[in-house]
Amino acid sequence: MTDLHLFSIVSTVVAALVIALGVFFPALAMGRAISAALDALARQPEAERAISRTLFIGLAMIESLAIYCLVVALIILFRNPLLEYLLK
Amino acid sequence: MNGAGGIVWLRWHGFVLRESLGLSLAISLLLVVLALGARHLIARPGQADSRLRTLVEVLYTLARDAVAEVVPPAHIQRVLPFISTLWLFILVANLAGLVPGLSSPTGDLSVTAALAVLVFFAVHAYGIRAAGLRAYLRQYLSPGPILLPFHIVSEITRTLALAIRLFGNIMSLEMAALLLLLVAGLLVPVPLLLLHVVEALVQAYIFGMLALIYIGGGLEAAQASEAATPRAPAGPAITNKKEST
Repeated sequence: MTDLHLFSIVSTVVAALVIALGVFFPALAMGRAISAALDALARQPEAERAISRTLFIGLAMIESLAIYCLVVALIILFRNPLLEYLLK
Repeated sequence: MNGAGGIVWLRWHGFVLRESLGLSLAISLLLVVLALGARHLIARPGQADSRLRTLVEVLYTLARDAVAEVVPPAHIQRVLPFISTLWLFILVANLAGLVPGLSSPTGDLSVTAALAVLVFFAVHAYGIRAAGLRAYLRQYLSPGPILLPFHIVSEITRTLALAIRLFGNIMSLEMAALLLLLVAGLLVPVPLLLLHVVEALVQAYIFGMLALIYIGGGLEAAQASEAATPRAPAGPAITNKKEST
């Protein structure tokens, strides 16, 4: 097994781990945020506009964490900067 | 990934016009032409209750109500054009990816970074114009000088996050459709493209809304200096900073 084999195996596994964990935790956080918003909405239906606006912003913040993980995973898979050292 | 590259439309004496730049320019021109055309049509006599006028007024009222919830009333007319331009441009740019043969300009990091830098400068421009330079800069020292580095870091990270969020969402949607096409075959990605429409709307809304909230946070310095009370204008400014990373 050459270094290149090892490198591709490790980077594939790491990319899969990154995307798995990076989706798992934001999904938990989004679920909690949505359930809290639904609680607040059931208690105070007249505050719907403010609640849904804040919910959207919060979900966007949480979602961007998952997007960071996606970008990192794609960099590992397609544009890995460390690959140059092996191919030189 | 077309983060750095993209399809080249035009090469001329060392200048390279890539698809993302050309398409953004085309969308901007299209929006300007549509706006001027709509204004011309509405301004004709006897158009007091035409359908076009109703449509434009509904859009305007939606945008103005959203802005009025965040920004103090004195600044609505100044902030509204910037925010609604952002909304319209990003919405059209996101939806342009659904046209066969084109890809969304917002799926290119350069375009979203340009938009985020625009928002970055707009926050300071609106804030300084409303409060004056000294009062605006004093906001960065607001609870104490020790928080200055945190304020600066939050300014930078939220601009970066704004750019990467839009880029990542749009690029990943297009990429997912492409991968599904490779794996499953023709016409299978169509449900995913329907999701693309929803995502285009949501991402345009979120980008504009975040820009609006950042501008509202910048304008709070003006309110604090107008109040001119000795107690620290801490509360809302800090909560806005916290959610920015």
